[in-house]
Amino acid sequence: MKIPFDKLDKAFENRLRLQIMSVLVANQRYDFNSLKELLGVTDGNLASHLKGLEKEEYILVNKSFLGRKPNTNYEATAKGKKAFADHLDALEQLIKSSKS
Amino acid sequence: MKETEIQDELASIRSLMERSSKFISLSGLSGILAGVYALIGSAIAFVLLGYDRADFYTKVLDYSENDTYFVVSPPANNLLIAIAAAVLIASVLTGIILSVRKAKRKGQSIWNKTSRELLFHMAVPLVAGGLLIIIFIARGYYGVVAPVSLIFYGLSLVAAGNFTFSGIKSLGLCEIILGLIAALFPGYGLYFWAFGFGILHIIYGSVMYLKYDR
Repeated sequence: MKIPFDKLDKAFENRLRLQIMSVLVANQRYDFNSLKELLGVTDGNLASHLKGLEKEEYILVNKSFLGRKPNTNYEATAKGKKAFADHLDALEQLIKSSKS
Repeated sequence: MKETEIQDELASIRSLMERSSKFISLSGLSGILAGVYALIGSAIAFVLLGYDRADFYTKVLDYSENDTYFVVSPPANNLLIAIAAAVLIASVLTGIILSVRKAKRKGQSIWNKTSRELLFHMAVPLVAGGLLIIIFIARGYYGVVAPVSLIFYGLSLVAAGNFTFSGIKSLGLCEIILGLIAALFPGYGLYFWAFGFGILHIIYGSVMYLKYDR
C-alpha cells in the first residue's frame, strides 16, 4: 500500500496554520483579533504562523487604522486557496487508501 | 499520521469554516416564541377592534370612491401600534436571551465578527422599512403597514441568510411573497400579519429546533 504523504503541504504541517487557512478560505477577509478569539491562541503564536503563511505567499496582509487602533486584515491568495484544496485532497486520499 | 488523526483534522477544519463564517447560536425556540407573541398580539388587536370595528377597519382600508384607502385613522390605531411594538420588543429580547444561552452552552462567543456582520446586514432593510412605515403612518397611510413590514422583514432575513443557517433565507422569501400578496388584498393586513409573523415563525422555529437544537 502506497500512501501519498509527499502530497501533503509542508506549510500546513502545523495544525494552527491549517486552521488559519481554513478560516481565510471560508471568509473574504478576517482580522487579527477575530482570528485570535476564534482560534483561542496567543498573539505571538498566531503572529508567527501568519508570518509563515505570508512567506509562502498563501495569504495577503492589509494593515489599516480603525480610528487610532491598528487593524490588520488577512486574506487568502489564489495560490493559498489552491494549496489548501490540494492539501485537503491529499488528506482525503490518505483516509481512502488506509481504508482499502 | 493515523487515520483518526486525519479525520480529527478534517472535522476541525469543517467546524472552523462554519464557525468563522456562520452565526450558529440562533435558537429555533426563539422563532417559535416570536410566532406565539405575534399571534397573541394579533388576537388582542382583533378583540380590541371588535367584530364591527374589524369590519369597519377592513372596509375603509379598501379602495373606495372617495379614495379612503390610505387615509383612515380609527382611534384604535395607536393601540395597534403599541401592540406591534410590544410584540417586536418581546421577540427581539427573547431572541437575544436564547441566543446568549445557546452560545454559552456551546462555549462560543456571541459578539464576534460574524454576529456583527449578521446584525449589520439585517439592520439595513429593517431600518429602511421601519422608517418608511413611520413616514407612512405619520401621513395616515395605515394600509401599507402590513405589506411593507412583511416585505422589508423578509428582505432582512434573506440578507441574514448569508451569515447563519440558510433556512432563514427560505423564511425570508416566504415573508416577501406574503407581503406582496398582502399588498394585493388591502384591508386584510391583520390576517396577513398574523400569518407571516405568527404561523410562519412557528413553522420555521419548529423546523430549526428539530434540526439543530436537540
